[in-house]
Amino acid sequence: MAALVLAEHDGRHLKAATRSAVAAALRLGGEAHLLVAGQDVRGVAEDAAAVAGVTKVLLADDPLYAHPLAETLAPLVIGLSADYAAIVAAATTFGKNVLPRVAAKCDVQQISEIVAVVSPDTFVRPIYAGNALATVQSKDALKVITVRATAFEPAASAGGAAPIVTTPAMPAAADASFLRDELTKSERPELTSARVVISGGRGMQNGDNFKLIEPIAQSLGAAIGASRAAVDAGFVSNDLQVGQTGKIVAPDLYIAVGISGAIQHLAGMGESKVIVAINKDESAPIFDVADYGLVADLFQALPELAAALKSG
Amino acid sequence: MKALVAVKRVIDYNVKIRVKADNSGVETANVKFSANPFDEIAVEEAVRLKESGSVSEIIVVTIGPAAAQDVLRSALAIGADRAILIETGEEIQPLAVAKILKALCEREAPQIAILGKQAIDDDSNQTGQALAALLGWPQGTFASKLVIANGRAEVTREIDGGLETLSLTLPAVVTTDLRLNEPRYASLPNIMKAKKKPLDIIPAATLGLDLAPRLATLRVEAPPKRSAGIRVKTVAELVDKLKTEAKVI
Ligand SMILES: Cc1cc2nc3c(=O)[nH]c(=O)nc-3n(C[C@H](O)[C@H](O)[C@H](O)COP(=O)(O)OP(=O)(O)OC[C@H]3O[C@@H](n4cnc5c(N)ncnc54)[C@H](O)[C@@H]3O)c2cc1C
Ligand SMILES: Nc1ncnc2c1ncn2[C@@H]1O[C@H](COP(=O)(O)O)[C@@H](O)[C@H]1O
Repeated sequence: MAALVLAEHDGRHLKAATRSAVAAALRLGGEAHLLVAGQDVRGVAEDAAAVAGVTKVLLADDPLYAHPLAETLAPLVIGLSADYAAIVAAATTFGKNVLPRVAAKCDVQQISEIVAVVSPDTFVRPIYAGNALATVQSKDALKVITVRATAFEPAASAGGAAPIVTTPAMPAAADASFLRDELTKSERPELTSARVVISGGRGMQNGDNFKLIEPIAQSLGAAIGASRAAVDAGFVSNDLQVGQTGKIVAPDLYIAVGISGAIQHLAGMGESKVIVAINKDESAPIFDVADYGLVADLFQALPELAAALKSG
Repeated sequence: MKALVAVKRVIDYNVKIRVKADNSGVETANVKFSANPFDEIAVEEAVRLKESGSVSEIIVVTIGPAAAQDVLRSALAIGADRAILIETGEEIQPLAVAKILKALCEREAPQIAILGKQAIDDDSNQTGQALAALLGWPQGTFASKLVIANGRAEVTREIDGGLETLSLTLPAVVTTDLRLNEPRYASLPNIMKAKKKPLDIIPAATLGLDLAPRLATLRVEAPPKRSAGIRVKTVAELVDKLKTEAKVI
């Protein structure tokens, strides 16, 4: 039997994390189908149909799905679940919001944020902020799984030619309505899929000083991230938080500036290929995981770095 | 209206956990336990709703061993009115926790159930959503702001792209994110008073629910350890290493 992957999109394009979920779903041994729910999202369904390995796209195009609410999406997925061996989504705030609602209604214990598929019923998932890796075997007939996107190379965005079939909307499970959103607009690449990430911590002292990071991010084509302390203090917006309870990133290069390296932060960036730390405290724990450590005052180091990258 | 708040007792977030030598789990002997930080935020939010007049009674619930009474007492000291321990020595996974909380919600009829978004031990991030599903209630997960007015909850949620605000009919489930509030410390007189507040103990087995784990943990391992690399002395040296050695820029 196939796996049904719940697609995440912004109304126009499929999110890259969904292609990682497809990659994980394909490891379950069956086909992977993608469910696209939204309003006027034919374009997203076409994106979905092109994803390598996807053999069918289900399209629920209805005003009910104008905003991605768990109360409307869960009944839609549940209605389709009888035909599937597994329901899969990326462990983004979208997937984390919707899938447990599906699992509970199907009397299934969800397997959260897997990083490996051992067999169709056995998975590896981090626990304790990634300080331990648990191998768990599910006894439920239906598997409901969220996937850590950084652990699975995304399925290619082209190469597939899946048929698109429409599927009807289902009544909402409860009364929730969308009021408004405040989405962060940024010219920078998306944090979770960027090749380079540069993050600032409490050491940055205020939001204004994040301007010191911008030219470096510009030169490197990097996304900007932050520690919890920097977000809590209001230096930058919440969606930049990297860590156990924020976003998980695994770029080729991660530069931590004025970040001490608490385990909760390391949980979000410890899988980065190369880690650079800039910190004035030579005993900061971030240096224990950094490939290149620079003990320096960031207010001196950042302008120097910006200049060095600009000139060459 | 009543509020029901779920608090899990977990290994304290400051403890550096160790995997057991036989790979059966993590070492829990002689380590400090405390309330899951997100649940402290949940208790604080309920207390603020009571202070502002939206909530009349706060019931805190934990599911775990007898020792878990300590997290209930802490919640009572901060302002919860009464506490329930669903006592068990067995592993209770999130779906089963949600089933227990559903049974308690049916018994107590709260208008709002507040949970943490995530327990920092299992990092599951699913119990609140599961509870909402089982009750057929709407959910406001990862909340950074909560306003109760006109029989509805207005919840601002921290999502990957920024913030989103929903309006939910009550009763509803809300799960807390870090920015919802900053929990207060209990004062000594309130800690003393908390000792006299009611705390019911109900054996989990008497609830007549299917609580058996659905996930068997086959193995728990320590992740591959990253080791410290080198120290560079100057920005120029750093840039050179990144270009010629690491080849990432
Ligand atoms: C439940 C829970 C969940 C959490 N989740 C997360 C999470 O997802 N992500 C996260 O990041 N944290 C998380 N935390 C918080 C975490 O424990 C730390 O408190 C946080 O990561 C610290 O942020 P920081 O390193 O920026 O600040 P600090 O620990 O205060 O470190 C600041 C660093 O800046 C350096 N510095 C200061 N001035 C300068 C200067 N001029 N030049 C160079 N260096 C300088 C200092 O030497 C210091 O090392 C969580 C905590 C809890 C309890
Ligand atoms: N054993 C438990 N007792 C009380 N509350 C719990 C328990 N397990 C989970 N919860 C609640 O569910 C939230 C999310 O947990 P989880 O889904 O396991 O990450 C926690 O923050 C608690 O509010």
